[in-house]
Amino acid sequence: MIRQYLVEGSYLAASVLFILGLKSLTRPEQARRGIQQAMIGMLLAVVGTLLHQEIVRYEWILAGLALGTAIGYPLGMFVPMTAMPQRIAISHMFGALAATLVGIVEFSQHGAHLSAGAMAAVGFEVLFGSLTITGSFMAFGKLQELITGKPITFRGQNAVNMTLFAVTLGLFVYLIFNPGATGLFYLMIALALVIGVTMVLPIGGADMPVVVSLLNSYAGLASSATGFAIGNNVLIICGALDGASGFLLSILMSKAMNRSFSNVLFGAFGSGPAAGAAKKSAEGLTVRSTTVEDAAMQLAYARSVIVVPGYGLAVAQAQHQVRELAELIEKKGGEVKYAIHPVAGRMPGHMNVLLAEANVPYDRLYDMDEINGEFERADVALVIGANDVVNPAARNDPSSPIHGMPILNVDQAKNVIVMKRGMSPGFAGIENELFYNEKTSMLFGDAKSSLSKLVTEVKNV
Amino acid sequence: MSAIGLIQIYVFVLAGFVGYQVITRVPPLLHTPLMSATNAISGISLVGSLVAAGSDHGRMSTILGFIAVVAATINVVGGFLITDRMLKMFKGAAKPAASSQGVKQ
Repeated sequence: MIRQYLVEGSYLAASVLFILGLKSLTRPEQARRGIQQAMIGMLLAVVGTLLHQEIVRYEWILAGLALGTAIGYPLGMFVPMTAMPQRIAISHMFGALAATLVGIVEFSQHGAHLSAGAMAAVGFEVLFGSLTITGSFMAFGKLQELITGKPITFRGQNAVNMTLFAVTLGLFVYLIFNPGATGLFYLMIALALVIGVTMVLPIGGADMPVVVSLLNSYAGLASSATGFAIGNNVLIICGALDGASGFLLSILMSKAMNRSFSNVLFGAFGSGPAAGAAKKSAEGLTVRSTTVEDAAMQLAYARSVIVVPGYGLAVAQAQHQVRELAELIEKKGGEVKYAIHPVAGRMPGHMNVLLAEANVPYDRLYDMDEINGEFERADVALVIGANDVVNPAARNDPSSPIHGMPILNVDQAKNVIVMKRGMSPGFAGIENELFYNEKTSMLFGDAKSSLSKLVTEVKNV
Repeated sequence: MSAIGLIQIYVFVLAGFVGYQVITRVPPLLHTPLMSATNAISGISLVGSLVAAGSDHGRMSTILGFIAVVAATINVVGGFLITDRMLKMFKGAAKPAASSQGVKQ
């Protein structure tokens, strides 16, 4: 009896520490300590569990813990920050795998004797778990570029997906009332695994931030269902936290990408970005291109500069050069801020991490809402490898496919320098009128080498 | 059983509510660490996996439980390490780099 109180006590303490840990993430300066508290919570929960009276053999447990640590350590310590999206995607797979396996064990032990409620929980657990396993693996493949980042579609895709979904759901409901149907249970798992693949296939690389957040939420729901199935409150609580977090992030991401949430949930089944959308003709408009020397002059004498980093910056690995340039401008008396669009990277908050890694102080990083009012006072807006998120058409042109998408108001700055490889359009495949604005000068070339040259030039000014 | 089920639903709903309230306050600045932290925390399914691996209910349970322990441990260890590694990189402006002052309270 005392043993049971100890176990439950450790779970309660762990739950409290987890919530405090997440709460600490509201302030960067306390975040690290908060997460360390959460680690202690995890340790408590694990030690508490080992006291569980059902556990009689320890050799497999120890072997599993050792092997997991051996794999987890390098995944934690050596994965580069640019690879963070795929790293997170693959860890959703591990989480879902654990939940699904526990569900299968539960089913194989009790099977036909499961009550309707317990069977519903187990079914939910393996259903969400299985589709998250394959879905996350596909997302990982797309982000790691093992498979093409382009949407993969085929004729009748909608019908196939809907049928798969309906059949799986039917099996789930049937099993609740007939938990003895072992064969159907495994069939349901197999179908859910297929759904995970077909769900992510038609989604393009640019939409991955939403997918990864959504899978985060599914993995959470799966572990919550595990908690229901084995009667464990700490699992229910953590799953709910995880589910809420993923859900919230996917809503934020879909808003930032100008897609309704239902469009994201089921949108993959629909068509891609409007292909035949009216493309604004660039004819008759001229682009002003500039030289490194002129750009350096502009930056060196600017009193306030707002840097707008896009994914192109991360691809070029030029974060350190940006920071160097910013430090030089500051030395010359200018003020530098960074404007971060919510989808600037490949996952929520990714760009912030990349810049923090390059030693950019976090208080220079501003969200879209914080900084948008400041562009009109900025002498120079320096756009590096960003396109659609600075396209004024989102505000001005109702016929544009990105109309309504929240953007950074770069066009309101007194001068704009756009660093870009060439005139190719962004993900949405549309012209960007910002590039033809008379305030804008284009600095063509690889971001990294242009920035290094800029640094040298600004030094000499 | 149904009474227990009801309590579980209470726990789930309230935890989801707390989670929503806490997480809406996390600034976009820290959304990536947030995701890796929730990932590490969801490695709590380790708790269920440990019971499955150690309870001696036949070979299949043990093997599946063992794999589940491995998968969950990867998330716990890897998730916490990478979250800490990221958070370590977020430094305020204060004095130009260098000085290794502790975390401000």
